[in-house]
Amino acid sequence: MTGIVAQNALLVSLAVVVFGMVIIPLGVQRKRTGWIELGYAAVYTNFLLVSVAVVAMIYALVTHDFSISYVAQVGSRETPLFYTVISLWGALEGSILFWAWVLSLYASAAVWINRRRPGNLVPYAGATFMAISLFFAIMLVGPANPFLAVSPVPLDGPGPNPLLQNHILMAVHPPLLYLGYVGMSVPFAFAAGAMLSGEVTSDDWTHITRRWTLASWGFLSAAIIAGMWWSYEVLGWGGYWAWDPVENASFLPWLTATAYLHSVMVQQRRGMLRLWNLNLVVGTFVLTILGTFLTRSGILSSVHAFTTGPIGYYFLSFIVVVLVSTLALVWGNSERLRTTGQLDSAASRETVLLLNNLFLTAFMFTVLIGTLYPLVAEALRGVKVSVGRPFFDRMTLPMIVALLFLMGVGPALPWRSASRAEVRAKLLPPVAGALLFTAVALIAGARDVYAVLAFCFVGYSAVANLREYWNGMQRRRAAHGEGWGTALARGVGRRQYGGYIAHMGVLLVALGITASSTFRREREATLKPGETLTVAGQTVRLKEVWGRQEVQRSVIGATMEVMKNGAVVGVIEPRMNFYPTSDQPVPTPEVRSTIAGDLYVNLMAFEPQGKNATVKVIIEPLTPWIWFGGGVVVLGAIVSILPTVPPRRSEKVAFAAPPPPPPVVAVPRQAEA
Amino acid sequence: MNWKRASIAVLFATPLLLLFAWGFTRDPDVIPSPLPGREAPKFTLEVFAPGEAPLSRPIGDTVRLVDLRGQVVVLNFWASWCLACGHEHATLSQTALSYAGRPVHFVGVLYNDTASNGTKWIERMGGQSYPSVTDPESRTAIDYGLYGVPETFVIDPKGRVVYKNTGAIEDAKLRRVLDSLMAANAPSQLKGGP
Amino acid sequence: MTFLGLLLGGVILAGDANPLVMEHAVLMATVSQSAQQASDSALDARTSAVAEELRCPVCQGVSIQESPSELAGQMRAVVKDQLRAGRSPDQVKAYFVSKYGEWILLEPKPRGFNLIVYALPAAVILGGLGVIVFAVRRWTRPVASPE
Repeated sequence: MTGIVAQNALLVSLAVVVFGMVIIPLGVQRKRTGWIELGYAAVYTNFLLVSVAVVAMIYALVTHDFSISYVAQVGSRETPLFYTVISLWGALEGSILFWAWVLSLYASAAVWINRRRPGNLVPYAGATFMAISLFFAIMLVGPANPFLAVSPVPLDGPGPNPLLQNHILMAVHPPLLYLGYVGMSVPFAFAAGAMLSGEVTSDDWTHITRRWTLASWGFLSAAIIAGMWWSYEVLGWGGYWAWDPVENASFLPWLTATAYLHSVMVQQRRGMLRLWNLNLVVGTFVLTILGTFLTRSGILSSVHAFTTGPIGYYFLSFIVVVLVSTLALVWGNSERLRTTGQLDSAASRETVLLLNNLFLTAFMFTVLIGTLYPLVAEALRGVKVSVGRPFFDRMTLPMIVALLFLMGVGPALPWRSASRAEVRAKLLPPVAGALLFTAVALIAGARDVYAVLAFCFVGYSAVANLREYWNGMQRRRAAHGEGWGTALARGVGRRQYGGYIAHMGVLLVALGITASSTFRREREATLKPGETLTVAGQTVRLKEVWGRQEVQRSVIGATMEVMKNGAVVGVIEPRMNFYPTSDQPVPTPEVRSTIAGDLYVNLMAFEPQGKNATVKVIIEPLTPWIWFGGGVVVLGAIVSILPTVPPRRSEKVAFAAPPPPPPVVAVPRQAEA
Repeated sequence: MNWKRASIAVLFATPLLLLFAWGFTRDPDVIPSPLPGREAPKFTLEVFAPGEAPLSRPIGDTVRLVDLRGQVVVLNFWASWCLACGHEHATLSQTALSYAGRPVHFVGVLYNDTASNGTKWIERMGGQSYPSVTDPESRTAIDYGLYGVPETFVIDPKGRVVYKNTGAIEDAKLRRVLDSLMAANAPSQLKGGP
Repeated sequence: MTFLGLLLGGVILAGDANPLVMEHAVLMATVSQSAQQASDSALDARTSAVAEELRCPVCQGVSIQESPSELAGQMRAVVKDQLRAGRSPDQVKAYFVSKYGEWILLEPKPRGFNLIVYALPAAVILGGLGVIVFAVRRWTRPVASPE
């Protein structure tokens, strides 16, 4: 019954989406606002229908309705309720349904909020949303239908993948990822709308989508950090990033989105880089689809591999359509986006932002090339090669270090131009921070060039960003006689300070990553109860090896005591979880976090009757700063999204006045960069 | 809307899309082995499961690849925790028996498992007609470039790896390989021997 | 699976433990400073360096240094033995390539066609820098006043 209702809802949603996609452009062409309104109604109706399907699926999962194919695939009576609900996105079909739902939610909200805006931008954006939704609707009615009837109805199911039940972060990472990924459809839809409606020379679409892009970027950042945290806590080797194709797939759009968030400021203030920004926004969207394609098609091998099958061909068709249509749209419109670029000086924030974009884009290309190269090599050389961590680290570390440095220069330099004296005054003081951090790093034993440079630039940029905050507050105090608290609160209400907070977050993440890789120490040993293992000054003692039966799994654990000066200061219990559906156990390490770093213990093996246990102990300094830094990054995004505190009349407007329109004189054709 | 520019841009996308389409025609997880055609890595391993007459060998006996020169050797890596190994077990056991008396020698190699588990598994499977050896620290498995079980190697009388099979091996395929090797080496059968 | 079965199953994971190897491990865990440890740690460092460049055949994209799987541990032991016997890191890597193919190396050999994957990113950066320098120069040129 549930299955029938849901399938019908999805079938109708397919019709609704096709209708919306057709009626809106027709309405624009024929100037029938009534038709456009109908198209908007289609957008909202699609959201309602897909919501019905989602509610039906959750209901089916919770009531263990094994007559529905998806539930039979991932459901199980033993799985605790929490994990049952989140298995909504645990396997392919459910994740497609979830994607479709998030997309319809974003589409409805974005269209609703902007529905009264005159012009054809919003209608075409709506039509674009419908076009994207069309693909997912086809999938849900066709190859990725999660509501197929199963007969005979099984009594129980295998439950979700063991790895998905092991940790709470599994609940958090996919929804955040989808909110981020799918959210990038919003700026894309409005960019496409601008191109389709001919309003491409105006910056309106960037203003309309500013908060949406920031929010999606925030979600994506959080998702990536959550994914790293989850791998760290679950996979057992004490690492958080392996340059796996799926990790790269989530990272690529983040890089171009970050580039966009920076370069759009140049467009809004100086009227430049329009074509470039269009490319970035469209590229970000294409990368989200490409990423999904790579992970779901099965053409690359990866940790995240979903089941393969005909789905891959559907995604291939989708990516063909997306790539071809976006390339045609952008380059077909490129002529109209020529601007007569004008910069006051090379020593300006604009130049730094150009460099920022360069390195972020180069970073994206490097990761993309590295991820696709095994495919290329196999096609052209006939040999299977691997492109893994050593390659990515080697190629991207220089760019990362350059970006860390730019993060301190950009906020310090003013817009338009800076005199020599200004440059000196702004760029010299943070050097103190650079020297301090470098000294500390060298004393602590760091010798790798990139590690030392990373510490150095983190110190530089941290001081630079903090100084901007400080100066901003000083100015407010001087101008309005405010106290520190008010200055902070009113200062925090400004957009650019959200950016500095995000910078601080990134610096914390960079610091955590650099410290935990440079100063990491590990040791593996087989211990009998009572024996100790010491790594980098920290001691653990094996107390006992035990086993117990839980509802959905069996667990073998080793209770270890953390010792300090001979006294027990804590207990740490790495475990191995045995699930009935899998031969191999899932190692479940345990982490003890302090501000200084993590004590990470993994149970590698054990002897019967608890005679001994082989454990691996890893000391990872400053790792918690990565997760904390991620939170700060999200805070920065939130602050930037918050409604701007309206400036008092006495205050200078923070933005420079827009440049005068270019003279209407025949100027020689200049190519747009 | 400049259609010429648009078409040129689309042209750029074509190689990438063709690459993706091609990507579907192969399996990213199957890694071709460099071993076929090369000399088979030597090994000296100890029997833990004797097999059955007439192919049996006593427990503790040493199997050396060099001793088996002049015969076709079928080397099968397996483990008690491996599902697919159970699927191919009957094929291997029966084929080995049917080639008894001919210069073909089947050897099972236990991979990342204990002798007692292996023996119990053989009992559960109803017996194994040929002997199996243990491979401490998987040195031989690594020497053969193993990346999973089951894997089966067929070595010709000159000591060269001529065929590698990943996953459960099929009866017809195994026999075809063995028969073609026997035919190619017919004169040497006069020598024959264990 | 009964609990007893699980404990017995633990034997699989502890491996066919050679008592000598276990003793060595315990020795490592409890004795503090010794010359044996000093040279061992240098060898360990060299082993890790090579192990970080070899891919684990039974995992997804991690090196045998990082992988907690049993085969990875055994391969690390092979690397250590070969290094101890005097082989160079390149020779050890060549050994694994002869068994598993080029796929076992986590970084493509910078030779022949593989150079593309190194050259392209460099070209992007250098090219991009060139474009920026050119563009900034042109954009900061004083604008000719209209006639």
